[in-house]
Amino acid sequence: MKTILILGAGTAGTAIAHKMRRRLSNDWDVAVVDPSTTHLYQPGLLFLPFGDETEERIVRERSSTLGKGITWHQAAVKAIDTERRRVDLVEGEPLSYDFLIIASGTEIRPDMIDGMLGDGWHKNVFDFYTLEGSKALQKALANFEGGRLVVNVVEMPIKCPVAPLEFAFLADAYLTKRGIRDKTELVYATPLDGAFTKPLASKTLGYLLENKGIQVETEFMTGEVDSEKNLIRSYDEREVPYDLLVTIPPHMGAGFLEDTDLADELAFVATDPHTLAAKNAERVFVIGDATDLPSSKAGSVAHFQADLMAENILRAIEGKELEPSFDGHSNCFVETGHGKAMLIDFNYETEPLPGQFPIPGLGPLPLLKEARRNHWAKRLFRLVYWHGLLPARPIPISPTMSMAGKQLSAAAE
Amino acid sequence: MSLETIQTDPEGYLANRDDWSEELAQELAASMGVSLTEEHWKVLNTARAIDAESGSSPGLRKISKRSETPIKAIYKLFPEGPAKAIAKIAGIPKPKSCL
Repeated sequence: MKTILILGAGTAGTAIAHKMRRRLSNDWDVAVVDPSTTHLYQPGLLFLPFGDETEERIVRERSSTLGKGITWHQAAVKAIDTERRRVDLVEGEPLSYDFLIIASGTEIRPDMIDGMLGDGWHKNVFDFYTLEGSKALQKALANFEGGRLVVNVVEMPIKCPVAPLEFAFLADAYLTKRGIRDKTELVYATPLDGAFTKPLASKTLGYLLENKGIQVETEFMTGEVDSEKNLIRSYDEREVPYDLLVTIPPHMGAGFLEDTDLADELAFVATDPHTLAAKNAERVFVIGDATDLPSSKAGSVAHFQADLMAENILRAIEGKELEPSFDGHSNCFVETGHGKAMLIDFNYETEPLPGQFPIPGLGPLPLLKEARRNHWAKRLFRLVYWHGLLPARPIPISPTMSMAGKQLSAAAE
Repeated sequence: MSLETIQTDPEGYLANRDDWSEELAQELAASMGVSLTEEHWKVLNTARAIDAESGSSPGLRKISKRSETPIKAIYKLFPEGPAKAIAKIAGIPKPKSCL
């Protein structure tokens, strides 16, 4: 029996497990290692704080998402030994592999910022990237009666890079609905030079911030959260006071990758941008948020990578050259509030362009433009996730980016 | 290539990264009021190396860890805002998000 061992059963790990199970004969054991007994639909964490999503709908038993033919080792990884092709576990016997797929994702590290885990943590300082944080924030928002609501991205890279901005847009709509928008200052503090950083987006989407009255604090790198004075302080000594702080803490790769030859300083695995093979080890591939690639850390990216990686692993098994097929393709909905959303579709080379995105059966969706149908497509996506993305069933979107429907001229104007 | 002849994008970042040279970096830095010392070079070379190997302009934390220069010290080296200054002087794209 040969083994494909997959570290992590999140979006990427679960999808590639199903994909490989379908493609490989019974001579192969397809096994995942993940200590958690539940699978979380992470896009739901954006809606939960506003009461527009429930825990029940976004959490499922891990066993139900893996299914037949996939072995699940419910264990935490301690270390990878690429020389001996072996993974050591925190508890239990080591696991051997013929091919290894690292799908261990990324996690928020509030401990890396001075004072973030201080007295204010989950009192008036919240994350929404964990179920715990998102649920606690729901309560805090329900009790919020106005003041300064600050959304702060501490640094890049982060998971789902548009989520913080979506949070600010949804907060504006939520506060308006509750009748306390005029009592609230809404601030978006970012380490980048704007809320939008790509040329076309900054040119065409600035109106969103203006219309919603969102103040933007740029090039703000948070050095400290001061829970006594209720303010965040940047490395260049600027201070942004808050009554309610929604923070997106630094992100790092899995603990077992820290300080290893496989990974960079933030524990993200050095990965070939096109073949998705690990750069510093043989027979190792990397998928989803665990890579050091400039592609977005997003579920759609994991899905596209799974399609292309499955082919490359089959090539590797047959001793063939790998195809440099992954182009950084990403496809994301961006909620803008009041029942509208945008759709963006891009890759390593092409920034999000306007136009129409063709989806067979569903019809075209407007790109880089607010529309109600994009919002409904995003809400519908939860079902696509559980029944299409996770079990890696075919979805009518190409894993590489297509220019069909996109207005190339917009970029030149 | 010198400051007068190089092409930059509308925000002042190098249009062609092949145009970069150490002499140009010194000129670019001087135009921003920064005189490059060994400490500056350690930071700049680290940023260039990370960009070359990962295809993305690194954040300050990664530069700080690899170059063993505390973030606070990087702010002292590039007081007008290190993220943009490092990218401009090192001839790499500005750090950005997906939108």
